Amino acid sequence: MSGTYDVIVVGGGIVGSACAWECARRGLKVLMVEAGIVGGGATAAGMGHLVVMDDSEAQFALTAYSCQLWRELAAELPGSVEHEVCGTLWVAADEWEMGEVERKARYYEERGVAVEVIGGKRLEQLEPNLRAGMAGALRVPGDAVIYPPAATHWMSERAGEAGATVWRGVEVRQILEEGAVELAGGAVVEAFVVVNAAGATAGRLTPGLPVRGRKGHLAITDRYPGFARHQLIELGYLKSAHGEEGDSVAFNIQPRKTGQMLVGSSRQYGAEGGEVEPGILGRMLRRAVAYMPGLRLLNVVRVWTGERAATPDKLPLIGPVPGRSSIWLATGHEGLGITTSLGTARLLGERLVGGDPEIPYKPYDPGRFAWVPVAGQTGAGVGAW
Amino acid sequence: MSRQRRDEAYDVVVVGGGPAGVAAATAAAESGKRVGLIDESPWLGGQIWRGEAERPHSEKARRWLKRLEAAGVTVRVGVSVVGGDGAGWLVAEDRRGAWRIGYEALILATGARDRFLPFPGWTAPHVMGVGGLQTLVKSGWPVAGKRVAIVGSGPLLWALAEGVTAAGGVVVVLAEQASWESVRRFGAGLIRYPAKLVQAIGLRARLAGVPYWCGWWPAVTRSEGDWAVVTVTDGTSRRELKCDLVAFGFGLVPNLELARLLGCGTRDEPGWEGVEVGLDQETGLSGVYAAGEATGVKGAEAALVEGRVAGYAAAGRRAEAEALYGLRDRWRRFGAMLAQAFALRAELKTLADDDTIVCRCEDVTYGRLRTWRTAREAKLMTRCGMGPCQGRVCGAACRFLWSWEPDRVRPPATVARLETLMELGTGGNGG
Ligand SMILES: Cc1cc2nc3c(=O)[nH]c(=O)nc-3n(C[C@H](O)[C@H](O)[C@H](O)COP(=O)(O)OP(=O)(O)OC[C@H]3O[C@@H](n4cnc5c(N)ncnc54)[C@H](O)[C@@H]3O)c2cc1C
Ligand SMILES: Cc1cc2nc3c(=O)[nH]c(=O)nc-3n(C[C@H](O)[C@H](O)[C@H](O)COP(=O)(O)OP(=O)(O)OC[C@H]3O[C@@H](n4cnc5c(N)ncnc54)[C@H](O)[C@@H]3O)c2cc1C
Repeated sequence: MSGTYDVIVVGGGIVGSACAWECARRGLKVLMVEAGIVGGGATAAGMGHLVVMDDSEAQFALTAYSCQLWRELAAELPGSVEHEVCGTLWVAADEWEMGEVERKARYYEERGVAVEVIGGKRLEQLEPNLRAGMAGALRVPGDAVIYPPAATHWMSERAGEAGATVWRGVEVRQILEEGAVELAGGAVVEAFVVVNAAGATAGRLTPGLPVRGRKGHLAITDRYPGFARHQLIELGYLKSAHGEEGDSVAFNIQPRKTGQMLVGSSRQYGAEGGEVEPGILGRMLRRAVAYMPGLRLLNVVRVWTGERAATPDKLPLIGPVPGRSSIWLATGHEGLGITTSLGTARLLGERLVGGDPEIPYKPYDPGRFAWVPVAGQTGAGVGAW
Repeated sequence: MSRQRRDEAYDVVVVGGGPAGVAAATAAAESGKRVGLIDESPWLGGQIWRGEAERPHSEKARRWLKRLEAAGVTVRVGVSVVGGDGAGWLVAEDRRGAWRIGYEALILATGARDRFLPFPGWTAPHVMGVGGLQTLVKSGWPVAGKRVAIVGSGPLLWALAEGVTAAGGVVVVLAEQASWESVRRFGAGLIRYPAKLVQAIGLRARLAGVPYWCGWWPAVTRSEGDWAVVTVTDGTSRRELKCDLVAFGFGLVPNLELARLLGCGTRDEPGWEGVEVGLDQETGLSGVYAAGEATGVKGAEAALVEGRVAGYAAAGRRAEAEALYGLRDRWRRFGAMLAQAFALRAELKTLADDDTIVCRCEDVTYGRLRTWRTAREAKLMTRCGMGPCQGRVCGAACRFLWSWEPDRVRPPATVARLETLMELGTGGNGG
């Protein structure tokens, strides 16, 4: 089969844009099709924390690898990306959590990521607006913050300069079996490989996909420069991020380059629509205030929501759909897609050209799940695991 | 300082204490309902009657404010409504903390604000909005001896000129972008509104010395020593005027944030935005009414009568409400006349140059904005509308310049403390 394009990337979020850029850079003929605004999906809702996480070995490998790639890119990023290496403080509320800090510190160090264990007194100096009496924290100085929509726009422009074609405001209605897409207008565009990077709604194009939406809320304040200096997250965050089926909230705040504080975060499965839900918003804000009482009196200018694409094991889907060599996936990044966009693109690009990825790809291969793509009907929506 | 939450509940809650809100609260309270009236500014009266409770200038304001008091309405000023569930609870805040306010019926009378359009120099220190200067003058800010240029569009320019003149200031020019013909036709139409005609004639007498130029609009302002210099144009020639202050405004846009947040339907046609209401001023949400400029800009008379209709309807007094429909429709036609007469000319879309600021909160220039296709895209990529005002100023300008649909409204309805938003979720009877 001769494709008009080598690769069609469906979805111009940060993941799709990174993939399109990576493929174009490798000399492939690329088309990226975005239904709305480049970087206007979950990417516009995310916090933009570039963070190394250790929920699992594979998650650590992909986030650490990606953070390394972000560091390599840092000098090139334009000012609009608001890249700032503010570091993360994983805050331990009590001695038990401090034990967890020690464990986490060893884990990161053994794997070559610089960290620092911070005692309670020092933490008070570093972040005076935290509640007094915290046990301490783990500092990960290499973690950073960006403004994701601008980063995505920049990547899509880099992709264009490398020869990729970018269509904005064009919806893909269907991914056809033989490696082609049908546009909303009915036109068919062909390629050797179609990459489904449609984020939380990827399941509409690849029915049966083990991806579910996981809604999150965020609030942004007016400008209070210096109110916090690091991205601050409670150690219990992983419980919330990985955890149960139920709704959960965690203290997670981020100082923006503008001096604003971004306050999060919440997680909900099966929460329909993008509406702000006062109940869980209230819980999230009360959690934040419990850690940083001074937040109470800061002015909030806006609250919004976003949809994470969650898989059963919280790892993304990167690679071909089982049994369909011409349909690939780059989705399922849950709460880490901003960070892992670059690592995802590298893995995908390397695998596409038959190369050898720098980190093992197996943990992210879609074939790890026993799922059968549902043939035929589209619109079956997000999988039902 | 102890910060506490306070809960209150009323039969009818009115948000906005301008003419519409005052009339609505009065009508509902006179019908036997327990009524709470909330306004975020420190005074009752809204834009036109601001400060009249202490020093009444207009007979009408005095009458209504007295009647409001006599009717036993509970008034809460300095309290801004931040959100609600659209079904019985509002969340508000004042300096001291958060409030939760329960209601059986809700009347939104949130009024309107100045429309700003960007032109070179509009953000300079000696340039301000018509409404802003009017508020200053009403609160006794000294303009005596000051030379003021008033530019833009609509009858508010006259009102400001009157205020400035009465306070001893000198209006060096009143430049109205609408054509002479259009304004003259509007004047002739006043025959059908004798009260307005009398008002207009009186105004004209008081403004006898003020140069009123129709078909002229601002091109640029700059500073020259202590002076401001404004250049106005009629499209072919230009004239420069030296003054102390330049006030400008291009008509009004309704405050729709709260209504949209609660889920009331709104009309979005440019120039005719407003909350959608039925015959009795009820919105698409049962038990939630809207009145005054919030339903579409049409002046204080329409606001008063819409407020009365909403107040009676919210109190279940159908007959009293219906008796006012005829009068209300008359004043709505007056509003339509206003909108037609002072429609903004297309040339106003070309005033800004690439360096002109459009979004003041985030310092976004015209040049950075004009390449985007939608408000949301422009916002995500340039931060236009992301600041504390959330596009309340630049949104209407972008809409006029590029016909961009407004981005979705999100809580809070106005900037609010984080602790107040925590209250949004507590729902029910203080639980
Ligand atoms: C509250 C919250 C906080 C977060 N914080 C962080 C964080 O701090 N750090 C981090 O790394 N990650 C974070 N994330 C996660 C991150 O935002 C996402 O993982 C990431 O944005 C996913 O990018 P994406 O490109 O896969 O999806 P999206 O950005 O959603 O992109 C998918 C794109 O596909 C397009 N599309 C969909 N269907 C079609 C179609 N049929 N045809 C054409 N186009 C289509 C959509 O319009 C969209 O633009 C957070 C997420 C949330 C919700
Ligand atoms: C800048 C400006 C100048 C004007 N000057 C004149 C003039 O000189 N002469 C004239 O005849 N007409 C003038 N008008 C028009 C006049 O204001 C209106 O015709 C009339 O006041 C409409 O009454 P209203 O009750 O609908 O709105 P308004 O009088 O605007 O009252 C609305 C009230 O709601 C309050 N409010 C809004 N949102 C909230 C919230 N979320 N929580 C709590 N309170 C809230 C506001 O503080 C305001 O007091 C002016 C209007 C504006 C905007």
